[in-house]
Amino acid sequence: MMVMTSTLSVHGHNIKVTEVLKDGDTLTFLIVSQKLSGTGEHHVDRTYDDFEWLQQLLFSQEDEPGIQGVIFPSLPAKASANPSAKVMKQLGFLGLGEWQLYCKVLERYLRQVAAHSILSKNKAVEIFLTSSEPPGRQRARKNLFNRLSQAVEERRKEGYKDVDEFFQTERNHNLVLTCYAKTAAERFLDVVQSEQKIAVACAHFSASLHLCVEPGEDPDKQAFSKACVQLSEVFDSIKKNMTSVAENDMNTLGLGLDLESRCQEAEKEMLFRRTCKLVELEAARRNAEKAKPLKKAAMEEAKKTAEIEFNDICVVAKQEVHRFRAARVKMLQHTLVQWCEKQLLTAKESADQFNQQLQAFRGIAP
Amino acid sequence: MVNSPLTEHGSTPSPASQPSDVSMKPLRDILDDPLIEPLSSQTENKPTTEDASEPSDDFGNLTSNITDSPGDTAADATEIPLDKHADDFVDIFGVEAEAPRGKVVVADVTIETAAHKREAANDVTDPPGDRKTGSNDEEQEVKETSTDSIIDLSDDLPASDSQQPPPARDRFIDPLVNLLSDSPAASDAKIPSRATVDLFKDEGSDLFADPRQHKSAHQPQKSLLDEPDEDLFCESLWAASKKLVSKEPRGKPDATKAASNVSNTGGPLQEAADLFSQEAVTAVPGIKNASTVNSKTNGVHSEEEKEIFAEATVELSLDSPRDERRNDVSARPSASASALSAAASLAKSQSASLEELDEEEQEDKFEISISVKDPEKIGDGMNAYMAYKVTTQTQLAMFRYKTFTARRRFSDFLGLYEKLSEKHGPNGFIVPPPPEKSILGMTKVKVGKEDSSSADFVARRRAALERYLQRVVNHPSLLQDPDVREFLEREELPRAVGTQALSGAGFLKMINKATDAVSKMTIKMNESDVWFEEKLQEVESADQQFRKLHTLVESLVVHRKELSLNTASFAKSTAMLGSAEDNTALSRALSQLAEVEDKMEQLHQEQAANDTFSFAELIADYVRLLGAVRAWQRWQDTQAALQKKKETEAKLLWANKPDKLQLAKEIAEWEVKVTQYERDFDKVSATVRKEVNRFDKEKAKNFKREIINYLECHLQSKQQLIKYWEAFLLEAKAIA
Repeated sequence: MMVMTSTLSVHGHNIKVTEVLKDGDTLTFLIVSQKLSGTGEHHVDRTYDDFEWLQQLLFSQEDEPGIQGVIFPSLPAKASANPSAKVMKQLGFLGLGEWQLYCKVLERYLRQVAAHSILSKNKAVEIFLTSSEPPGRQRARKNLFNRLSQAVEERRKEGYKDVDEFFQTERNHNLVLTCYAKTAAERFLDVVQSEQKIAVACAHFSASLHLCVEPGEDPDKQAFSKACVQLSEVFDSIKKNMTSVAENDMNTLGLGLDLESRCQEAEKEMLFRRTCKLVELEAARRNAEKAKPLKKAAMEEAKKTAEIEFNDICVVAKQEVHRFRAARVKMLQHTLVQWCEKQLLTAKESADQFNQQLQAFRGIAP
Repeated sequence: MVNSPLTEHGSTPSPASQPSDVSMKPLRDILDDPLIEPLSSQTENKPTTEDASEPSDDFGNLTSNITDSPGDTAADATEIPLDKHADDFVDIFGVEAEAPRGKVVVADVTIETAAHKREAANDVTDPPGDRKTGSNDEEQEVKETSTDSIIDLSDDLPASDSQQPPPARDRFIDPLVNLLSDSPAASDAKIPSRATVDLFKDEGSDLFADPRQHKSAHQPQKSLLDEPDEDLFCESLWAASKKLVSKEPRGKPDATKAASNVSNTGGPLQEAADLFSQEAVTAVPGIKNASTVNSKTNGVHSEEEKEIFAEATVELSLDSPRDERRNDVSARPSASASALSAAASLAKSQSASLEELDEEEQEDKFEISISVKDPEKIGDGMNAYMAYKVTTQTQLAMFRYKTFTARRRFSDFLGLYEKLSEKHGPNGFIVPPPPEKSILGMTKVKVGKEDSSSADFVARRRAALERYLQRVVNHPSLLQDPDVREFLEREELPRAVGTQALSGAGFLKMINKATDAVSKMTIKMNESDVWFEEKLQEVESADQQFRKLHTLVESLVVHRKELSLNTASFAKSTAMLGSAEDNTALSRALSQLAEVEDKMEQLHQEQAANDTFSFAELIADYVRLLGAVRAWQRWQDTQAALQKKKETEAKLLWANKPDKLQLAKEIAEWEVKVTQYERDFDKVSATVRKEVNRFDKEKAKNFKREIINYLECHLQSKQQLIKYWEAFLLEAKAIA
């Protein structure tokens, strides 16, 4: 069943979210994908609602065995053109800048979906990527309540003893990692925001240094003015440096940590679904044992289906966890290396610049 | 000989007072620019040494039909009495301490009766003029006058000898009193020697008598340095002279001798210097001559003297063109012999020369550096205070040791400022202000909260105090102040009192006073001088800009601190993430990252400190300094206002009752007052100009230095950062 099917008519690995358009409060994303058949491209515009529709369909593939064992690629929180403070907080890194990061995240989501052996088989994906008609506009959301109840249950079942050692450790591990990844992402967001503030402060300082220029022919004053102007330039480059440092942070590690944290969330959800199934199965077993002879057969039947489902889930889940682990490490490594390289480049550039400016300062008359 | 000064003084109090008015400015100069003035005075010294031939030439030039002989005799005359009376002096001090004391008393009295003097001066406005013109005439009549006057002068010498040192000291003790409380009159008493010079020379010579005067002040000081007796400068006049007599019977006469030597012949010779300025070569033998003369009489002093003269030769070429110009300026008023115009032109030439002097100033780098270290909390509870170790390193000869330390508490710093601003503030000096007292900051320290904000507070204050002291000693005249030296050198300092209020209260008070005075006036005050008007505006706008800059930098620093905090917590969470990671390579990389972030936090912290101390504090300092500058100009407004008021009053009086004799006298008195104020004003203006120029120059230099420092630090941290990244990149790539 795990055949790398190509039910999609487009390449999954280079799906792009190229543009974001603001239409009142809603954001519309332009999605471009290359046809497998030739050089043609599909251009579609999708709103967040369409994404949610897709996600919903992926969740509810009842006919696929062990679908609940899949770690679904996570969709970021809904963004609007004028987000409230709460939404911004939810979005974290994704709320910074002009939604480029958000687009990147959506792009990554689609690629993950398209690359997923089970999920990509769903017709909805094909429709989503190629149909010129927006698919999900009319659908009402019903997910909200589900999520809430899920959260309550999650708490209850968090400590549920697992029958499988592998999943027990994975669950424990996931719990810790989810928490840490989330805080790390938040802390890093703070760092980036501070950097941005510094950049702004430098810009202000640089601008007001320009005002310090004193008129007059006096050589001392001219020297002072010159110093002011040069200092202003210095701070301008500090500002630029800080801005690019912050951008690097955002685009690489920030995005990476955000993804990591959401992936861990997704894994957690999957594990939770599995745990739910486990609970269900154990209840069925108990019921089957205790059942009156009259109902015994039905109970046994229920137990059996539960067992089959659970096993399916476990098989898929195990594969998913392994896949996820590898992908995650690779992603993090890539992120770190990229981040490091970019920062190094920025640091070297600015060091060069400072050096030049320092020389220039030394050069001007005492 | 002993009597002659007394009689001389008694008989010519009025002429004495008149010229000394003019020489008020020099007084300020002395305080202002001790290092430069001595140089210029030394150039005059040199001419002095040429005395044998030069003065005669000079006279010859002036009086077209002169013969050589009078000049020679004149020179002889000067030399002989000098020697003689050096001996006398030694006697006076060595054998009979009473005599000098008596003289000092005279000086004292004259100071106290400053008011009377003014009256006298009023009477005198004409006589000196007459005398001057008379002397001019006489000069034209060749020989008799020149010889006579010089002989006169040498007769007067004892007077000048005995009285010069005390005034010099007096000036050190409390110039403020002099300058504020109708100081011209007070100083009248002090400079009889100049008066004598004035009498036979025109106003131009006055200009040059000033530095001479300073020289006399400077020299005793130098000679006294060998002695541990700093008290000399701060104790009362009487005590000072007594001590001098008892402790250094030799040194002082020597010094005064040298001084008188200079002042004696300086008048005529200064012109000689002008005329012969190009021929520096001829000056050299002259110097030798002088030093031998000195060594003959002084013995002890000769070495120092030589040094001074050696410097003088270097300075000669610089000074001479200016001298010429000054002479030009001063020649005119002398012809008219009007005290007022003389004063005006004096002020002009003075300010011109001051600006020129400014340029020289740069070359005189004070080899002194001060560090304030080891802040230490002393005592407990609300009586606790912070003490700092003040370490001075210097190459200057005026200090006994090359390195010395003293422990000072914060209020001592404030006390020093109070003293300095009281003394020098009204003279037009920009006294660098110390950091403000901070009740909040100090209370935190007192309560003993060891949090970061109180540590930050102490660190900032320590740095601010260091910069404050460094600024004070970088100011050429403030360095000469006995209080500064005492502050740096003495083990125990009398507890500074009255600093409880904010340290800024001093000039706040001054501002209030000034505004009061202004509001009292119905006439709207216009700043007559465009320069000042511009400067005032400049300073105002600079103040605003600096304030703005300061807030901006502070916010930058806040963000930097925030960044370092955030980086620290990010490092912590990465470390946790790393510890939870089960992929070993990734785990290691993450822990590595945590370390890197920790180091980066350090860098950010340093950067924040760097921002703080390079810019925020520097700019804060300048806000303070600009406050001082501003306070300054307000004061000047008042001064000008006062002057105008007097003027109008005088005019009113004149208009109403012109016939009454009594009133006429009063009016004349008022007029003198007015002219005095005018002169004061001009002098102060000149000083302010100079100070503001100095301030601008220092500002430019200081900023440049700080910026370079800052950039260096910044670059360093960037390079460090690069290293960190490079190290981490390897680690990141190693993740498999």
